[in-house]
Amino acid sequence: MTTNFKKRRSMLYIPGNNPAMIQQGGIYGADSILLDLEDAVALNQKDAARTLVRNMMKVIDFYDTEVCVRVNHLSTPFGLADLEEIVPLQPSAIRYPKTESPEEVAELLKIIEKIEDRHGLPHNKMTLHAMIETAMGVQNVFNIASMFSRVDAITIGGQDLTADMNIIYTPDGAGIDFARKRIVMAAKASHIDVIDTVFPDVNDEEGLRRETEYAKKIGFTGKAVINPRQIDVIHEVFTPTEEEIRKAYRIVKEFRTNSAAGIGVFAIDGKMVDAPVVARAEYILRLANVTVG
Amino acid sequence: MLNSLGREIPEFIEGIGKLEPFQGALTKLRKGWMDEPTIPAPNKAYLPHQSKVCKTLEEAIIRCNPHNGMTVSFHHHLRNGDILLVQTLTILHNMGIRDITLASSSLNECHDPILPLLKDGTVTKIFSSGIRSELGRAIALGVLDTPVVIHSHGGRVRSIHTGKIQIDLAIIPASAADCEGNATGSTGKSAFGSIGYAVIDARYAKQVIVVTDNLVNYPCIPLSISQNFIDHVVVVDSIGDASKIATGTTRITKSPMDLRIAKLAADVIEHSGFFVPGFAFQVGAGGASLAVAKFIREKMKAKGLKGSFMLGGITSYCVDMLNDGLFETIFDVQSFDAVVSNSLLNNRHHIEIPAALYANPFNCGCITNKIDVVVLGALEIDVDFNVNVITGSEGYVRGASGGHSDTASGAKLTVVVCPSFRGRIPIIKKRVHTIVTPGETVHVLVTERGICVNPMFKELEENLRRAGLNLKDIRDLEIEVDTITGVPGPLDYTDKIVGIVEYRDGTIIDVIHQLKEKK
Repeated sequence: MTTNFKKRRSMLYIPGNNPAMIQQGGIYGADSILLDLEDAVALNQKDAARTLVRNMMKVIDFYDTEVCVRVNHLSTPFGLADLEEIVPLQPSAIRYPKTESPEEVAELLKIIEKIEDRHGLPHNKMTLHAMIETAMGVQNVFNIASMFSRVDAITIGGQDLTADMNIIYTPDGAGIDFARKRIVMAAKASHIDVIDTVFPDVNDEEGLRRETEYAKKIGFTGKAVINPRQIDVIHEVFTPTEEEIRKAYRIVKEFRTNSAAGIGVFAIDGKMVDAPVVARAEYILRLANVTVG
Repeated sequence: MLNSLGREIPEFIEGIGKLEPFQGALTKLRKGWMDEPTIPAPNKAYLPHQSKVCKTLEEAIIRCNPHNGMTVSFHHHLRNGDILLVQTLTILHNMGIRDITLASSSLNECHDPILPLLKDGTVTKIFSSGIRSELGRAIALGVLDTPVVIHSHGGRVRSIHTGKIQIDLAIIPASAADCEGNATGSTGKSAFGSIGYAVIDARYAKQVIVVTDNLVNYPCIPLSISQNFIDHVVVVDSIGDASKIATGTTRITKSPMDLRIAKLAADVIEHSGFFVPGFAFQVGAGGASLAVAKFIREKMKAKGLKGSFMLGGITSYCVDMLNDGLFETIFDVQSFDAVVSNSLLNNRHHIEIPAALYANPFNCGCITNKIDVVVLGALEIDVDFNVNVITGSEGYVRGASGGHSDTASGAKLTVVVCPSFRGRIPIIKKRVHTIVTPGETVHVLVTERGICVNPMFKELEENLRRAGLNLKDIRDLEIEVDTITGVPGPLDYTDKIVGIVEYRDGTIIDVIHQLKEKK
């Protein structure tokens, strides 16, 4: 896992063959955007999208938004060409679709590192997001999450997963609930980010809020977005409340005071505070952009 | 001669007269009176029980002594559903009347059919707050010898008071009227709400014809227009296409870009220092401008903040905010959808106002003077915050001055919302093609790529900076956008002036030159 903290409450999907949407990628306030060369792009547009994404990444200012690129799987005729064009640009992360095994990730990283070597690029800057969209991926997710330091996020692809499971996606998410929780647990075991699947109905704000609240409750750190209108709701859910921030601030502040005095465990309002509680409090403050003075 | 914004203004134009250059938004008002004399309204007399009702529009027009060189006025409350302007001018054309001055409070796409009448000399001069579509294109290309005069809504009233526009015949479509000419727009199958722009025409025109498709028993209530100014009444099958006059409710845009801009603009308003109990608010009727109301509504509810009044072009969204108890009153000079008519009719806190009360700068205080916050759009804005809402990037006349400069002049906080570029064309320019609203009355520009505060307003800038908003120097934003889009080449103009843009005080803020037609 990487040590750099990145806010990933929202990750906005942008089709790689849509120049108007790409040039607007940084304006909506999403924490991260995903320039998509895979499912959002028709087969006969793959080459054009790759060239477009490559060129626009060079000239467009995405401001503070993290830029990731979803490449095609290496089993397709497009995966390798995608990596050849995109890796030299070193987006924040490459997202790899339908990740099913650690062996696949190892093969992918070998190719990425070869490309990086050719361009004199380091191996520790760009990270990898493994996208879990098949039953086999769910089965192997613990190893995928834990075996590679460059994997700093796991995501779940709900639509593909239901297709792979041969079930119908239902608004209550019943069919993928086990997968969601298993993927979250794998991410937590490796202390990396875990991003929930998209909510497909862009006009159902209440439904989006319900699903996002559920995702947060079971441990997701963010949610994929298919329309910029969904960003605010997702941010509202994942941004700590004022009360949470005040409490976290107090915990961190008292922790520092106690640490200086050599005290490791202490109590606030009668409740024990130890290292995990402090870590959680620090995470909340980072999400809220609050520093303890 | 140059005006204070550096625009070259001729001293005299044939067919228009002597021109006075713009010298600052409030310069002329500081005197406390208007230099130009006010002309008297016509005196008329009618005998008891004399009938005003005519069988046809043509009969009514004949009674009004049509003649060459006459000025005919219209209101634009029927928006793009109006059919009477075209009908009237066609009747006059068929009578052989020529050299007409058309004084419509605005012109829309539905008026394109009069283009042949501009070409054949039936209409030779136009006063309007807005011109669009084929008419706008033809005017930019020089179809008329005399430049059109673009005025603001408030400025139109001033021009009628001073006799710059002397109306011989006013045609006033109404969705309900009685046999004496008492009329309204707030009831009937073609209801369009407020009839505020037509009040001044009724008062000052030598002859006034009310045209309705809904003759009601005497008296027509409410008396938005009253019988003592009306000469003739005509009943027709239809005054226009109801589906284009006013329908249903106005929906908030779903465009992510517009919503993003609107959200930023609402944040600006919240932290400006003017978002306080009792604030007065005006927003436009479409796109990002209306969407600002959605976010302001949420912020007002969250803070339990109640405003004073909303003003202007009124949408169902404004009515919802009134009904929510978020504002005390609506002052309505123009209504944008069918729901607004019901509210205007039934809610005594929803008040119909004439254009003079709305925005005429030369009286004891128009309501635009009381605005705290107004949100306006722009076709272009330049690095000095001057705004163009009349000519497009290709040089055609394609917009409306409307109440833009009136409200900007009055508001404590004028927020201009627009995307930084449309299509491939940058909206932020070093210099706009045509100035309608001077930068000194624009406080802040909100785009999807950042917020630019006019450096004249330091306290506002400080308030917004303290709130953590993403402020940019407008010159930096202009360069940033040019880097994405490239800089468009200059347009090719001739020396001929095809339009003059009057500021609300009657001075000339800019002129529009004839566009060379592309081969």
